[in-house]
Amino acid sequence: MRKFWVFTPLVAFLVMGVFLFKGLFMDPSKLPSALIDRPFPSFSLPSLYEPDQMMTELDFKGEVALLNVWATWCPTCKDEHEQLNKIGLEEGIPIYGLNYKDDPQLARAWLERYQDPYSKVVVDRDGRLGLDLGVYGAPETYIIDQHGIIRYRHVGEVTEKVWQQLKGLMEIIATEEDV
Amino acid sequence: MRSITLLPILLLLLSFAVQASFETYEFSTTHNEMRYFKLSKELRCPTCQNQNISDSDAPLAADLRRELHRMIEEGYQDDAILDFMVSRFGDFVHYKPRIAPETYLLWYGPFALLFGGFIVVFFVARNRRLRARASTDQPQVVMESVEETNVTSALTAEERERLDRLLQQDKNL
Repeated sequence: MRKFWVFTPLVAFLVMGVFLFKGLFMDPSKLPSALIDRPFPSFSLPSLYEPDQMMTELDFKGEVALLNVWATWCPTCKDEHEQLNKIGLEEGIPIYGLNYKDDPQLARAWLERYQDPYSKVVVDRDGRLGLDLGVYGAPETYIIDQHGIIRYRHVGEVTEKVWQQLKGLMEIIATEEDV
Repeated sequence: MRSITLLPILLLLLSFAVQASFETYEFSTTHNEMRYFKLSKELRCPTCQNQNISDSDAPLAADLRRELHRMIEEGYQDDAILDFMVSRFGDFVHYKPRIAPETYLLWYGPFALLFGGFIVVFFVARNRRLRARASTDQPQVVMESVEETNVTSALTAEERERLDRLLQQDKNL
């Protein structure tokens, strides 16, 4: 019995070591969303293309889709735009855009210049919807299921690697909903 | 004389906490203003971590200050405001996370560790005491047997005389 207790400090050390070692590779700037598995917050904001037309959370219902929070002032948004074009235009995946704290005119010019991968874009000029979503750094990309429930959030650039991960999740979500 | 010249220098050492705010809000009451300053220090800016929203000049921090001002002026209680923030940004946003099943480890973990430490100390101390008693018990037995043979009365008068003589010899040397 006493021999067993001799090893407790070693075991405690190993457990601590594993946790701390894992901590070395965790990115503290990536926060879990508080809205996972919650419905998309309700809003009523103008569409980027038809400014007199109001969009609501109902516009984001119906199919499993991506929601991308972007702005023309955000350099990483420009970096990931090509990837979004590939997802939206080549693969035909629905992407909703949330133009976050931006000038709609600049946003329209940007989409004209760099192509437009979005099926719908909502203008959140003063960031109120972004606040309800818990957006803390553009770009952010969410997966919204067909019931309008937020299922996943990715903070930062959507690279090919991230997209493959998102795609896998979207496929799982799409099949689970058929049941 | 010297103390008079020192005084301004000492006064310079007195620094006061500076409230860094980037915009000025009007408050209907000073109580509301106090609440605003208190809460804006308790709320952590999610963009620039390790700054509270009153320190940070990130656009998001400005939005949160605006929202905080609006809610205070609309009469929301502190708890309602914190719930509003936490439901959007998670427990991370509050420097003092609320007590919930997922934060039990954070709040009670240190006490559990302390308690565990006391238990370890208790057992170590008890073991040591038991071992000390066991090791003092044995020599006592030996001592007793030594004492028995050493009882001076066991010497006869003749033997004692001889012993004295031998000891005396030693001294004479």
